[in-house]
Amino acid sequence: MSDTITLHVARYRPEVETEPTFQEYQTPCRKDWVVLDALNYIKDKVDGTLSYRWSCRMGICGSCGMTVNGEPKLTCATFLTDYAPGPVRVEPLRNFPIVRDLVIEMSDFMRKLVQVKPWIIRADEKPLSEGEYLQTPEELDEYKQFSMCINCMLCYAACPVYGLEPHFIGPAAIALAQRYNLDSRDQGARERMDLLSDHTGIWGCTFVGECTKACPKSVDPAAAIQRYKLKAALSWFKSFLLPRGAS
Amino acid sequence: MSQTPIYTEYHPRWYRRRTSTYWWLRRPSYLAFILRELSSLFVAWFVIFTLLQIHALKQGAESYQRFVDWSKNPVVLIVNIIALFFVVFHAITWFKLAPQAMVVRLHGKRVPAAWIAGPNYAAWAVASALVAWIVLGG
Amino acid sequence: MVLVGGGAAGLRAAIAIAQSDPRLSIAVVSKVYPMRSHTVSAEGGAAAVVRPDDSFDEHAYDTISGGDWLCDQDAVEAFVHEAPEEMLRLEHWGCPWSREPDGHIAVRPFGGMKKMRTWFAADKTGFHLLHTLFQTSLKYTRVVRYDECFVTKLLVEEGRAQGVVAIELMSGQVRAITAKAVLLCTGGCGRVFPFTTNANIKNGDGMALAYRAGAPLKDMEFVQYHPTGLPFTGILITEAARAEGGWLLNKDGYRYLQDYNLGTPQPHPVLRSMELGPRDRLSQAFVKEMEKGRTIEGPYGPVVHLDIRHLGEKVIKTKLPFVRELCLKYQNIDPITEMIPVRPVVHYMMGGVHTDINGATPLPGLYAAGEAACVSINGANRLGSNSLSECLVFGARAGRAAAAFAANQPEASSAVLAQAADEQRRLERELLHKTDGRERIAVLREEMQQIMEGSAGIYRSGATLTEAARKLRQLQERFRNIALHDHSRTFNTELIAALELSYMLDVAETIVQSALRREESRGAHQRTDFPARDDQRYLAHSLAYRNADGSCRIEYLPVTITRWPPGERVYGK
Repeated sequence: MSDTITLHVARYRPEVETEPTFQEYQTPCRKDWVVLDALNYIKDKVDGTLSYRWSCRMGICGSCGMTVNGEPKLTCATFLTDYAPGPVRVEPLRNFPIVRDLVIEMSDFMRKLVQVKPWIIRADEKPLSEGEYLQTPEELDEYKQFSMCINCMLCYAACPVYGLEPHFIGPAAIALAQRYNLDSRDQGARERMDLLSDHTGIWGCTFVGECTKACPKSVDPAAAIQRYKLKAALSWFKSFLLPRGAS
Repeated sequence: MSQTPIYTEYHPRWYRRRTSTYWWLRRPSYLAFILRELSSLFVAWFVIFTLLQIHALKQGAESYQRFVDWSKNPVVLIVNIIALFFVVFHAITWFKLAPQAMVVRLHGKRVPAAWIAGPNYAAWAVASALVAWIVLGG
Repeated sequence: MVLVGGGAAGLRAAIAIAQSDPRLSIAVVSKVYPMRSHTVSAEGGAAAVVRPDDSFDEHAYDTISGGDWLCDQDAVEAFVHEAPEEMLRLEHWGCPWSREPDGHIAVRPFGGMKKMRTWFAADKTGFHLLHTLFQTSLKYTRVVRYDECFVTKLLVEEGRAQGVVAIELMSGQVRAITAKAVLLCTGGCGRVFPFTTNANIKNGDGMALAYRAGAPLKDMEFVQYHPTGLPFTGILITEAARAEGGWLLNKDGYRYLQDYNLGTPQPHPVLRSMELGPRDRLSQAFVKEMEKGRTIEGPYGPVVHLDIRHLGEKVIKTKLPFVRELCLKYQNIDPITEMIPVRPVVHYMMGGVHTDINGATPLPGLYAAGEAACVSINGANRLGSNSLSECLVFGARAGRAAAAFAANQPEASSAVLAQAADEQRRLERELLHKTDGRERIAVLREEMQQIMEGSAGIYRSGATLTEAARKLRQLQERFRNIALHDHSRTFNTELIAALELSYMLDVAETIVQSALRREESRGAHQRTDFPARDDQRYLAHSLAYRNADGSCRIEYLPVTITRWPPGERVYGK
């Protein structure tokens, strides 16, 4: 294995360029180095003008999602040696506007996140003095998987529906809505349904499954969406058969 | 995409990538996605064909015979074969989806996906066999 | 109200303010999207008394003795009383706490805690806590977020804090955000050191902002090393791995902690004993083992082994899934079959902006909470799982207190806008448009980190600290000659890195100066030239003030003792 590797890094400098270009860098290629380590090496030692987001370097903050050799990846969890002898192509995540270099604009997701009401909704709140809401480990298991989303945007970058139809609420936001719908403490499923069962919601999804493949946290957003389709269909049938008084 | 205006200070100019015309060839799942979108035409055709068939049946034996003769037309045959392919494709998608949409628990543990998909496929095979038996043998 | 920082303390404060005063508008200014904040990385849990066999006094005593009697006991009492309520509130907001089979909250043992009182959400407690807080905060439309805005200056006029100046990363626009009160929740400064569990964003921003504005930094010499970090990456292997029964072994496979007055090895974990001793003592034991030549030489320096193989696959997979995930993904090790190489790694700042029990700093209108603040409940050494609880309890307290203060203040004076304009000119002249600098940011940063590790690490001495202080002054000089190659206004991360470096240099100086003046050994501050605790002279908080010429001055403030007179820290008995 050679001890250096070539990176082709996408650059976009909005003040001076009208479209992105690629820049080539040589970096060391060590066994325990991830793509992010190579970018940090470039930033610190070679070219301080390269811009990208990163923070925890342990796959939990969700900042460093990029497209590595065509695949959406967390660059802190993507080893360079897996791409040896190179070159490695590093681009911003797909399906988002590019702000600069490897930085994408994600306020669209932030707006959609609020729309799905990702908080506990209850008719009456239990006072704190009465203690916790009981929740068995099995009930916790119902939604736990969907609560693991780190908002890294890899699923949006992988989703062709979102690429073609930007109004699609998208995998992560729907998975988070399901996270609350399936929580035994929550009673807000009905409030979330109008938005989710809209054509920009679950029915936009045609089960491509790429979101689940891209997810670094095994959230399985595709499953969240399919489960919700079943539920929405059943509730539609119920209201169809019992137009009044259906609960 | 319209040409973005030139950069003005403090107003970031985002670059929106143009999607390549052949993006859907990039991975099998994208191709499957586009095929499913495209299939809607053929599936719709399948429905129309069935409706025509029922209509012909209602008109009597002679009318039905005319319909059958027309169906033997190579063009209709080819279109129907394509439509069959797409319907099967949808069925498989559906069966793959089923275990993810349905969460069945047994003794507090989630039933493995194969246990849900398996019976689906089995039921499909039985139903197909039944239809084949009625059409061909009966 | 302006809140700087969107981690656990900042978001808890934002919600507290939104609930307490319906007239205030609340700005949360954060240099990253709030769900990226470093709270997200906390693993083990959050402490609060919940079991019938536990009591507030026991939690308080564990905290105070763990902090080597440098904690303010009134603050600790308030903390232990309010922590359970805060944990429950999080439960009501949807935090997926781990449960007992009957549906009640489950608690686990933790280092330095005599009873089981650590609430946890598997081993991603911080992640779940932060996302629960963030998602709940979205409900409050009065909380206006300024995401990816980097604060460069506190606006102080007429002797009180009246807002901040911030750069919006996306556009490069420098804007003044005026306010009737400012609350700093910016976290710690682990990045001052080369080897840390802390994220890239933890540069002591809030500490430096307060320090420059004239508020003192308290107990900055107390830097917590976590005994079990992965080499190279500094990724933390949570204390929970030891709480579940993990062993620390030296190169002979020997549980060496028994040689350091931490108890005798038992097959099952014993609270406050051996591997469940406090973090400072465990990290110090590592250095002693290293000196005896009994550590293992790894590619990134000496390590010891954390062995959890005997816990079995089932326990590891259900109780420590994140530990296994981290080992597999970053170290290429499977802890089910292999031992994990670990070494002490900078983890937490006990010190921070000096505040009272309500989060108020001596500068009117300026408040602080979370790791950025020093209330102080952590004293000379924080106990694991107290910090998440601290963020909630004191985030809420500081939020309410700041809201009450703001309610009686006039609108921000127009003079602050002139200050903001000055600040914008300074940023442009000294950094953004600067073309003649020669010093590389990364070089200065690395030198600073090496100085800190070498002189203000687990063990310090007067001689090394004096030398470090001198070198840091040189770095401050060289910083004036910093080179910036990026002159773009759009998402200029080089500019931010330069500003962060300047913050870290200030914070590093306060750490070294505070450590130099404290001629005793207490908790995480161990002087080889003064190995004993000296309650006569140093049962006191150090306060680091910034002089007009930029140098640092240390003063002392007595510790508040209510019911627990200083005693000996005893573990393993």
